[in-house]
Amino acid sequence: MSNTDQSKIRNFCIVAHIDHGKSTLADRIIEMTGLLTSREMQSQVLDNMDLERERGITIKAQTVRTVYKAKDGNEYIFNLIDTPGHVDFNYEVSRSLAACDGAILVVDAAQGIEAQTLANVYLALDHDLEVFPVINKIDLPSAEPDRVKAEIEDVIGIEAMDAPLISAKNGIGIEDVLESVVAKIPAPKGDPNAPLKALIFDSLYDAYKGVIVFCRLFDGSVKRGTQIRMMATGAVADVVEVGYFGAGQFIVCDELSAGMVGYITASIKNVRDTSVGDTVTDNNNPCKEALPGYKKVLSMVYCGMYPADGAKYPDLRDALEKLQLNDASLTYEPETSVALGFGFRCGFLGLLHLEIICERLEREYNLDLVTTAPGVIYHVYKTDGEMIELTNPSNLPDPSQIDHMEEPIVSAEIMVTTEFIGPIMELCQQRRGKYLGMEYMETSRALLKYELPLNEIIYDFFDALKSKSRGYASFDYELKGYEKSDLVKLDILINKEEIDALSFIVHKEGAYERGRKMCEKLKTEIPRHLFEIPIQACVGGKVIARETIKALRKDVLAKCYGGDITRKKKLLEKQKEGKKRMRQFGNVEIPQNAFLSVLKLEED
Amino acid sequence: MLRYRRTLFCRCSNLKKISLYIHIPFCERKCLYCDFLSFSAPDEVRREYVSVLIRQIKSAASQYKDRRVISVFFGGGTPSVLPGTLICDIMDNIRNEFDVDKSAEISIEVNPGTAYDLDSYISAGINRLSIGLQSSVESELKKLGRIHNVRDFETLYEQALLKGFNNINVDLMSGIPGQTLSSYEGSLRYLVDDPFRPKPSHISAYSLSVEEGTPFSRMKLDLPDEDTEREMYKITSDILSEKGYTHYEISNYSLAGSECEHNKVYWRRGDYLGLGLGASSMVDNVRWKNTGSIEDYIKKDDFAPKQVGHLTIKDQMEEFMFLGLRMKEGVSIAGFREYFGVPFPPEYDQVIDKYVSLGLLKKDKMCVMLTQDGISVSNLIMSEFIF
Repeated sequence: MSNTDQSKIRNFCIVAHIDHGKSTLADRIIEMTGLLTSREMQSQVLDNMDLERERGITIKAQTVRTVYKAKDGNEYIFNLIDTPGHVDFNYEVSRSLAACDGAILVVDAAQGIEAQTLANVYLALDHDLEVFPVINKIDLPSAEPDRVKAEIEDVIGIEAMDAPLISAKNGIGIEDVLESVVAKIPAPKGDPNAPLKALIFDSLYDAYKGVIVFCRLFDGSVKRGTQIRMMATGAVADVVEVGYFGAGQFIVCDELSAGMVGYITASIKNVRDTSVGDTVTDNNNPCKEALPGYKKVLSMVYCGMYPADGAKYPDLRDALEKLQLNDASLTYEPETSVALGFGFRCGFLGLLHLEIICERLEREYNLDLVTTAPGVIYHVYKTDGEMIELTNPSNLPDPSQIDHMEEPIVSAEIMVTTEFIGPIMELCQQRRGKYLGMEYMETSRALLKYELPLNEIIYDFFDALKSKSRGYASFDYELKGYEKSDLVKLDILINKEEIDALSFIVHKEGAYERGRKMCEKLKTEIPRHLFEIPIQACVGGKVIARETIKALRKDVLAKCYGGDITRKKKLLEKQKEGKKRMRQFGNVEIPQNAFLSVLKLEED
Repeated sequence: MLRYRRTLFCRCSNLKKISLYIHIPFCERKCLYCDFLSFSAPDEVRREYVSVLIRQIKSAASQYKDRRVISVFFGGGTPSVLPGTLICDIMDNIRNEFDVDKSAEISIEVNPGTAYDLDSYISAGINRLSIGLQSSVESELKKLGRIHNVRDFETLYEQALLKGFNNINVDLMSGIPGQTLSSYEGSLRYLVDDPFRPKPSHISAYSLSVEEGTPFSRMKLDLPDEDTEREMYKITSDILSEKGYTHYEISNYSLAGSECEHNKVYWRRGDYLGLGLGASSMVDNVRWKNTGSIEDYIKKDDFAPKQVGHLTIKDQMEEFMFLGLRMKEGVSIAGFREYFGVPFPPEYDQVIDKYVSLGLLKKDKMCVMLTQDGISVSNLIMSEFIF
């Protein structure tokens, strides 16, 4: 292994808009390169988290190494790094890109370029990657490969006329793709004799191996026994094992050298010692300077996370620490809530990211969580001139001390077929969008440009967009800056008690609507109690919306038959179990689901 | 009647007691709401079943030689679909194998639409009938998928009285699709307000619950709303107490001295042995069930206990509470201390205090019991005693 010829290595990723077939193409490449037989292929080999397979999306960047015997008679090593497509996970994409030398751009032959196609291609080009397009789903009746090719050349400005025409699903044209990888993706050009210089692009915690560092070697080599140093954290450790990524498994090898992608396990004690984006070098022969690493990611959406069982607070801290290792875009710091006790204020890239983290905490770490309404960072300017970055609505100072507030604004690009321009513009208007302009991509499609307040899009904007365009609109955004805005704090009172965990900041004009919907939603989520429960939405002490949960009047078991007491007990246990998943607020028990469900308020 | 009960308890005081539940899983046709273990089967299968049941009785009895049987209950399914002679065979075998108390309560469930055989029941020593009427409104019987009509009930009830059965339960159901408060009241008054027909000594009035897997669970039902059901519950109690019935258990009412001894064994955590397909048992704080597979039962004589659960002290305490609360007399504070050697654990006291303050439990020096309002939401309260 030590003499791996770099000219026979291709490190690449696949970028695409969501649902354009990126993961399917990855599956075919793995299949065609012969590491797995068709029978062994579980569909979507790379999406190895249960969650990913269930949702059909890629969350984590995944890596696999395969061997391809090309038509020129040589065997090439392909390191394929799968990337997520959702706008929330741009950060993951850029991490993967930094480990690659080139990218395959997958474009749907029927849908053409979408908002995230553009976003991802620009990211790839920013990283100086060689990008070549393939046109997927050419066997669809609605496929228009020529139109799409022209569009790619026109809009993105990369050569597309000889793009492979493929169907990843049905295995058409995959060999063309493989040959293009060999021909078009440049081989790595590192110096194997220079001091070790490797980029950590991912890491994860394994119960048996400890911290596993995923890295791309730019220069030098590393093997068992090498004493490595993390250049940013300064941590030093002895390498225990090096290897590369088979499909779904780690394969040990003797040495990793320049140009290769693989993993390292070492006597790393603390998960915090390995941060993604850091450079690994040889402690006894260090390289002069670290790789540029990544731009520190900015969390856009914040919420409080609390263990349902207060005693599990240390477990939650532990789980967050381990998750962060695997997902550097997650940030957290401790906080306390009157209603919920000790927990963490966590920062996310977007709402989908938040949901995924919650589900992973619940599934992989077996934690029951209570989550507060997510919000963005507001800038609160106080009358004394001080500015507070507010992530938790409960920390909003008294109105008398506030001079004004600013909220984050994003520049959004929405790509849509012309028939839906009307409804989409209406939606953006409702969400306080500022229209910037529109460009026609071709006669039937347009790119709408808006400025939107971030807090208007973190909840359900994406869903609304999809439903208003019958799934055809695509959307991408980036933070633009802060603007002054007329914001108020909306409080929710349940049985006359304010639930701090449900408070949030909202634009004055949207307060009534939002308050009403929250009350309606909570009414359906909170089970009936023995007494009537009023749910009120208030702004500055004034009630703006109200619902009432009727008192429970009847809950009796029918006949208890033939002495089957066990069955009756199971029913009672189930009822009790349901109560355990609830939080007690005064006399009222609120299910944990209620906290997350109010975020998904449906459109009228 | 009262004297008779007293002798029952005196006589058994020195012997360990046991009750027997005999499951007859056959029906002419399954009702649309029913999720009990029952099905229709040809005559040969029914006969074969009884011969296996008798083998189980014989094989089980040896372990209970030191016990006296204080009640026997034939439940189903519909025990009255069996020829009366088979019921006699079963009872004969029980008497041969077990020490059945002379004054034991021996009940059988009877469907007015089947070919019941009261004479055989008498010769088998059965002294209590439980008749599934459910409603006196024909359209409601149809909605439930019952096989009988009101006239069938009247025939059975009159014959039973003529033949000397004086301990008769009638099942009534509230919350039937299409039922109204007044139609329900009609069914109640039909039973207890007819000057030409003696009222039954016992009424079991329970509400329909739609169980998963039943045809009802797949149908769009026009069920009475919750407030109406609650009202039905209330008038049951009002009307029946006016007529001299005691509301001694959540869904059971009786005239003086006619409480169902067999059911009280369940609530008071007495020992009982279930014989037949899928029957449940509890003896010496161990609960188990018989196999629910008719093939295994008939073809393999599978009498091995299934789902065996050795009740921990915590389990026993939980049961003591939620079963005891079903009874109007409630949970005896002294009884708890006597049984477990300790008073209520503090978490129980907290729950009790909470619901006493809400007016849903009552507590005096002797007992803790549900109030009338508490009964309406009894599941919620009972579940609080499970930790």
